[in-house]
Amino acid sequence: MTTTHLELTGVDIEFPTPDGPFKALDNVNLKIKKGEYISLIGHSGCGKSTVLNIVAGLYQATKGGVLLDGKEVNEPGPERAVVFQNHSLLPWLTAYENVELAVNQVFKGKKSKAEMKDWIEHNLSLVHMTHAMHKRPEEISGGMKQRVGIARALAMEPKVLLMDEPFGALDALTRAHLQDSLMEIQNELNNTVIMITHDVDEAVLLSDRIVMMTNGPEATVGEILEIDLPRPRNRIALADDPQYNQYRAAVLSFLYEKQRKPDTGETSQKPAEEEKLAHNLQSEETKGEVSMTETTADSEKVKAA
Amino acid sequence: MSHSSTKSSNPLAALLSVFQCENPIQSALQSLKQLILPLIGMLVFLLIWDIGAKNIHTSLGTFPGPAQVYEQTVGLIDDHQAERQKEVAFYERQEKRNAKKLEKNPDAKIKVRPYTGKPTFFDQIGTSLITVLAGFFFASLIAIPAGIMIGLNQPLYSALNPLIQLFKPVSPLAWLPLVTMVVSAVYVSKDPMFAKSFITSLVTVSLCCLWPTLLNTAVGVSGISKDLQNVSQVLRLSFFTHVVKIVLPSSIPMMFTGLRLSLGIAWMVLIAAEMLAQNPGLGKFVWDEFQNGSSNSLGRIMVAVLVIGLIGFLLDRIMLLIQKKVSWDKTAILR
Repeated sequence: MTTTHLELTGVDIEFPTPDGPFKALDNVNLKIKKGEYISLIGHSGCGKSTVLNIVAGLYQATKGGVLLDGKEVNEPGPERAVVFQNHSLLPWLTAYENVELAVNQVFKGKKSKAEMKDWIEHNLSLVHMTHAMHKRPEEISGGMKQRVGIARALAMEPKVLLMDEPFGALDALTRAHLQDSLMEIQNELNNTVIMITHDVDEAVLLSDRIVMMTNGPEATVGEILEIDLPRPRNRIALADDPQYNQYRAAVLSFLYEKQRKPDTGETSQKPAEEEKLAHNLQSEETKGEVSMTETTADSEKVKAA
Repeated sequence: MSHSSTKSSNPLAALLSVFQCENPIQSALQSLKQLILPLIGMLVFLLIWDIGAKNIHTSLGTFPGPAQVYEQTVGLIDDHQAERQKEVAFYERQEKRNAKKLEKNPDAKIKVRPYTGKPTFFDQIGTSLITVLAGFFFASLIAIPAGIMIGLNQPLYSALNPLIQLFKPVSPLAWLPLVTMVVSAVYVSKDPMFAKSFITSLVTVSLCCLWPTLLNTAVGVSGISKDLQNVSQVLRLSFFTHVVKIVLPSSIPMMFTGLRLSLGIAWMVLIAAEMLAQNPGLGKFVWDEFQNGSSNSLGRIMVAVLVIGLIGFLLDRIMLLIQKKVSWDKTAILR
């Protein structure tokens, strides 16, 4: 279990812009063990999604690279399944058919028709979606869509599960439900997970390690926080846990003291190219940010201090 | 026929909804409004038409008003029925004659000649419809796959876009002489399956109605959301699966916008082509009547104008119905 499963070494990425190359990431190094749950946290525009996209193979690193089980990652593939921020289900297919598309791709020739059907249904039941599996995305709620998105990713039996702010677009209650579901599933399957989040509580609750990123451009890994809380974790019990609160405070202090944004007052003043680069739904990201400040009221205190 | 031409399906739907709504009085008023307003529009139009027509004098008499158009419609229907009776009579006579011949000499060669009467107004409508649908189908067969290719391939789009923009605005009348000559030169066969005039019309129609479908399909295909493309990449979908499962469904709305525009253009182009090239069809009917110059001609042309409008409208409605059937997004408002 101690061997490195996924390794990012000296990852740089530059995007061409009319004003010359824009360096979004600078020397990102990260080693992830099998079965580990990693959260990437940082201010919006700091390149978290870019890191995830490089691991997914959707972007190519300019320098450095990613190794998965000793093999270089240079194109997207189902062994690195992605749960997208806004579910990204095909709107013309039902929940079942959406998962089916993925299962057909991965298990064609390896599973019989009946086995595939069982496998699809099994994965939908993991996320508690059996009751609505023949509904189309437009007929189900945002939380349910995200559940199907997770089922689709799980059904690919990925080596690494990549989640790009999976709960960012959901309301706080739905998000809590889904986090609990995810912890249950994780308990059972013990996947290797990289999750991007804006939510400090979410990060501490779910992760084995939290990777905190510095502000972009030329963002890199700032600090890594080991979360040594016993599993299964219970959000209510943890609320009064001193260690849990310590972890939270550590993340908050990184985000709001060490990596305080210079333009905290005017959040909309982002450079245009940065906006373009993080085209994985910037608007959803900011939504997540707002709800984060709601849930972590004492972040204001930290800022004031 | 002229009376129903602009009445859409709305009033009918409105009538039906009276029986379904929870608040009958209010909904009745609402649907009455929906019913009455188009009717008022119609009546005002007929009135202005009638008054205006009476005051326009041409060398072929006064301009046809609603009454004359009605008269001519009835006349055309009668003509059609008379022609059909003639045809039936012709075949009966021929059969009798042949039977007699066989009686005299069982080995006699029998000739069955087809009836060669003048095509009636309704025959012309049929010819036009067949031609326009064939041309439209042929154009779509080229435009949809081409649009998908162009939409998926940005360099190809850049390469072909100037050509598309160049040919898109070309009038059918400009193509027609070229098409006629090329068809006569190339389409040579002793026993042609289709008449030359049919091929000429078909090609002209196709050339003109290709573009909206092509461009809209390309735009629809290139506008597929980045997220869905990422999904396709992560799943490593093959090119074919990608097109079938992701590209086609997501570009259907744009594709249908193009198809509907194309069909509209095809219908307009066809009438012009038939008129100019003496291809059988409604356009030829109009031209023949114009050349004929009888006192009935203007009235008949007016009937043709209204019928052309009505058919164009119906064709669009049919496309809309198909679009509703095919579209995955049942909540989208299509009109």
